[in-house]
Amino acid sequence: MAMNLYEQQKHNTRNTWVIVVMFILFFMALGMGFDYFYFGYSPWSSPLENDGAGKPLGDFSFPIATVLALLVGCGQAAFGLYMGDKAVLSASGATPVDSGTKDPELRQLVNVVEEMKIASGLPMPRVYVMPDSDPNAFATGRDPEHASIAVTRGLLKKLNREELQGVIAHEMSHVRNLDIRLMTTVAALVGAVTLLSDWAARAMWHGGRGGRRSGKSGGKSGGQSGGKSGGGAAVLLLVLWLVAVILAPILAQILAMSVSREREYLADASGAELTRNPAGLASALKKIETEFAPTASIHRGTAHLCIADPLGRKMDLREGFWPDLLATHPPMARRISKLSQMAYQQASQSSSLS
Amino acid sequence: MGLIVLGIVGAFIVWVVIQYNGLITLRNQVENGWKQIDVQLKRRHDLIPNLVNTVKGIMEFEQETLTKVVEARSAAMGAHGAKDAAAKEGMLTDALAKFFVVVEQYPQLRSSENVTSLQEELTSTENKISFARQFYNDIATKFNTAQQVFPATLVAQTFNFRTSELFEITVEAERAVPQVNLSLND
Repeated sequence: MAMNLYEQQKHNTRNTWVIVVMFILFFMALGMGFDYFYFGYSPWSSPLENDGAGKPLGDFSFPIATVLALLVGCGQAAFGLYMGDKAVLSASGATPVDSGTKDPELRQLVNVVEEMKIASGLPMPRVYVMPDSDPNAFATGRDPEHASIAVTRGLLKKLNREELQGVIAHEMSHVRNLDIRLMTTVAALVGAVTLLSDWAARAMWHGGRGGRRSGKSGGKSGGQSGGKSGGGAAVLLLVLWLVAVILAPILAQILAMSVSREREYLADASGAELTRNPAGLASALKKIETEFAPTASIHRGTAHLCIADPLGRKMDLREGFWPDLLATHPPMARRISKLSQMAYQQASQSSSLS
Repeated sequence: MGLIVLGIVGAFIVWVVIQYNGLITLRNQVENGWKQIDVQLKRRHDLIPNLVNTVKGIMEFEQETLTKVVEARSAAMGAHGAKDAAAKEGMLTDALAKFFVVVEQYPQLRSSENVTSLQEELTSTENKISFARQFYNDIATKFNTAQQVFPATLVAQTFNFRTSELFEITVEAERAVPQVNLSLND
């Protein structure tokens, strides 16, 4: 493995912060654009001297949208870090599993999680089950002390003990590598970006037509985007801003995907290290792959958290530039062959020992 | 001059303290790792009487297999030290594996909820033992190495640190496929 555990954790912690900062900057840019084009606020000139609509803008000499967007951005980021796991869990309909449960399937799940807890030396994560017949699983949380592992009923029904152990080990590796923090934060922020840029684009659209004013400003006066003086430069800025608003959700999605793909191989490998049984996870992945039905309880925004793409996209089966850009998961066939290779090496090693 | 000597002595004391504390931390981790194994071993010992009572009536022809499990259990419970425990627990693991092979031949047992849930608990406990063992052996090896490398070994010897025994089950006992005895009454 190229990176050791400590480097991997450091890498993930740094990436989490980079993403949070980028996200807050994006919010700020969104708010600044709103101030500039919609409220006619300009940081470079006195507010009174330019106003296409002919109204004094004294009461809007303060970049209110920027400040608001910044506050909302920070709030969202904090929410993503601290509450993201709960949001993801409740969005997928997961219910906690009692550690003393009598249900044989859940009993086995709790036992297997305890086994992996011992193997990894981490604290016991909370265990959740989702009422879905498609086999899938994910881990979430902000650190190993606040981690949760959720699996679907279908996973418990379709996998045998060894395969389940492989899947749980994979999820435990995500917990240990701190992938969960990064991926949960990304999930929360991608949702927020999509929502906000959608909202901004709509408000601009209405504003540009001289229709409804933004709800945030309480319907107060503001210059129309087209009426702004300053000519070509302003139009160019406006176009750039609009493009940013439109592209943001797509870029955020791509970010979420690239963040998760490389981590899957790593979690497969370190999961196999925990169980010392790569064949278990390989056979689990084979079973999951043959299930064509998408996992209904898992939504688009949380797809990258799961062990297998819950949306059932064919993209994940291929390789190349576009699939690499757009798929949340590496091709299943490649993951399975990598694990089988590990199993083969293990078998030939132990046979040469005896 | 006096200051330099004082500095060297001071640095030496600081070094000794750091080494000593490092060894103590490792020793505590080793003890903790051992406790984790111990908890699971005890749990397995507690589960076995339950299992024996559940199957006794149905498996009347298999007294030998049952007796072996019970004997292996009491031998394991009387083990002293990691090495002894490893050997005896390995034999218990073996006896249990053979026992469950026999269980597979009795449809009444396979379909009994009690037996399957006990089997799940025992399987899980056995897995926990083996994972706890990996964890313990890793940390014990680290502790032993820390005592044996050169300058630190002086500190270790001065303060009478002792190397930890590894909890090793022979690969054979762990991996061997249990022999199935198909003739039931011999």
